[in-house]
Amino acid sequence: MYVKAAADKKGNLVPLMRKWVLILISLTFVGVFILVPLAAVFFEALKKGIELYFLSLTEPDAWSAIKLTLTIAAISVPLNTLFGVIAAWGIAKFEFKGKNILITLIDIPFAVSPVIAGLVFVLLFGSQGLLGPFLEAHNVKIIFAIPGIVLATIFVTFPFVVRELLPIMEEQGTEEEQAALTLGAGGWQIFWRVTLPNIKWGLLYGVILCNARAMGEFGAVSVVSGHIRGLTNTLPLHVEILYNEYNFTAAFASASLLALLALFTLLLKSIVEWKSIKKRH
Amino acid sequence: MKKTWLALFSMLLILGAIGCSNPSSSSDSEPAKAEAEKKPQDIELLNVSYDPTREFYEAFNKSFASSWKEKTGQNVKINQSHGGSGKQSRSVIDGLEADIVTLALAYDIDAIAEAGKLSENWQQKLADNSSPYTSTIVFLVRKGNPKGIQDWNDLVKSGVSVISPNPKTSGGARWNYLAAWGYALKQNNNDEEKAKAFVKKLFKNVPVLDSGARGSTTTFVERGIGDVLIAWENEAFLAMNELGKDKFEIVVPSVSILAEPPVTVVDQVAKKHGTEEAAKAYLDYLYTEEGQKIAAENYYRPRSKEALEKYGSQFPEINLFTIDEQFGGWKKAQKVHFDDGGVFDEIYKP
Repeated sequence: MYVKAAADKKGNLVPLMRKWVLILISLTFVGVFILVPLAAVFFEALKKGIELYFLSLTEPDAWSAIKLTLTIAAISVPLNTLFGVIAAWGIAKFEFKGKNILITLIDIPFAVSPVIAGLVFVLLFGSQGLLGPFLEAHNVKIIFAIPGIVLATIFVTFPFVVRELLPIMEEQGTEEEQAALTLGAGGWQIFWRVTLPNIKWGLLYGVILCNARAMGEFGAVSVVSGHIRGLTNTLPLHVEILYNEYNFTAAFASASLLALLALFTLLLKSIVEWKSIKKRH
Repeated sequence: MKKTWLALFSMLLILGAIGCSNPSSSSDSEPAKAEAEKKPQDIELLNVSYDPTREFYEAFNKSFASSWKEKTGQNVKINQSHGGSGKQSRSVIDGLEADIVTLALAYDIDAIAEAGKLSENWQQKLADNSSPYTSTIVFLVRKGNPKGIQDWNDLVKSGVSVISPNPKTSGGARWNYLAAWGYALKQNNNDEEKAKAFVKKLFKNVPVLDSGARGSTTTFVERGIGDVLIAWENEAFLAMNELGKDKFEIVVPSVSILAEPPVTVVDQVAKKHGTEEAAKAYLDYLYTEEGQKIAAENYYRPRSKEALEKYGSQFPEINLFTIDEQFGGWKKAQKVHFDDGGVFDEIYKP
């Protein structure tokens, strides 16, 4: 198309130039706003040498923050995957009243500020909250403990899987499932053999995004964590604490670890995208 | 292919199952239950404190743990949580299970008492208004003091950019505000209206209000914003020593406020955890010569004469007034100045 445009009747090169200007603008933008800060994180982290870098990641508080972050992701991502598949399946394959309301509700975590998400749980489960006195009487701790952090994380990452699956499932319609049904397949059989294989790349993509957010969430988690170091500090919170303690090398070391996790996630995402495109063609 | 997916999905389900079981196992690791599971003599305390005490309590906790071990043979692990004093108080009210609170000002502990977590007369339980160390408010300026800042009235000049945290959330900022107010009263024969105008002018010069003292220090020191930081004396010393004596200097105003950061046991929580005795001992240790020494080393003004003699020279002499004599105590000051609709809301319009 551009070849054609570049050689249009007057032979001018405007469309071609436009192409390069657009590319240049996007590259500059990405460079200034994404690459430079990312490089700065790694530069700061490694400024005082690789030894100090590893030392600051292996000291007990950092290590417990890493473990907590992975635990939180390991709990919230599978749960959201499960809920996500169920919800998307229900919405895409069945007709029922209030479907649009359900879809809107699912989007709430995207629309609401994470800080509000955290506060909601404080209002519900805090000592002064609705369920607080009951929980305290039964010695159940939710807020300022791991369950609270898990809840907040599930809340903010909830829409990722559903949102990823919905368009795919809706596009596919129900013909294949109905065909399977007429051939005598049971419900589970249909899910495993027809539905799941059709949505697997979209599902994986949603899971990856969900995981990325679960490990990186700051706002909501900050509200419900209580910031007890070694106990309820996730990696993003640990970065803030270290930074506030003038411990810049360690802060950026932890930040770089988060950045690496993110880059790794993006790599996985690209592979999944590439695979799913290859499969479609 | 089908098998891989079956495997993958069952893996997810197993992970989910672990997930479901994990929250319960993690709530087992709360201090109270963990205590029972571990060797009976191990014990954990949570000290919820305000922003600039991080370095102090890190050193103090080590010292207390070894002293407690010597005395009782019991291992004690002290967990720390830091943040703006008002925010920390709110967290404890909302259920953060602090055995001990060491906050920036009495009102924040009063608020916890009002929520019923500790007794109303907490401040009478320990010596010196339950404040084992004191501090005051000073200025940190850039090296050479380019704006020539000497006293409070220099902060209201136009073109001077002042950094202070938010009095709504930060205890330090409330001391800052009251110190400025007290100065203005003294300058104007106790004319409240003139003091109000003065403080209003001062906060006009504040470009950013961080939520805690430490946030303000990083704004001033790391991000290079502002000509002067109004800060805790200990925070100013720490910033200067941590980040370069060649970059900053401390300016001592003609008058300032005697800041008394109080400490107390959160009775309800300590009772529940069975940590009352250790928590009490922890606070008593703050008053021992060893505790006072560590406080002084971290630039808190000690109460003990011995520590004062040894470390007194590091603290500049300032004419200090107290909140009781100038403002009629914290409850009143909080109500008049910092509660919703109070004077601060009136004068600060960002």
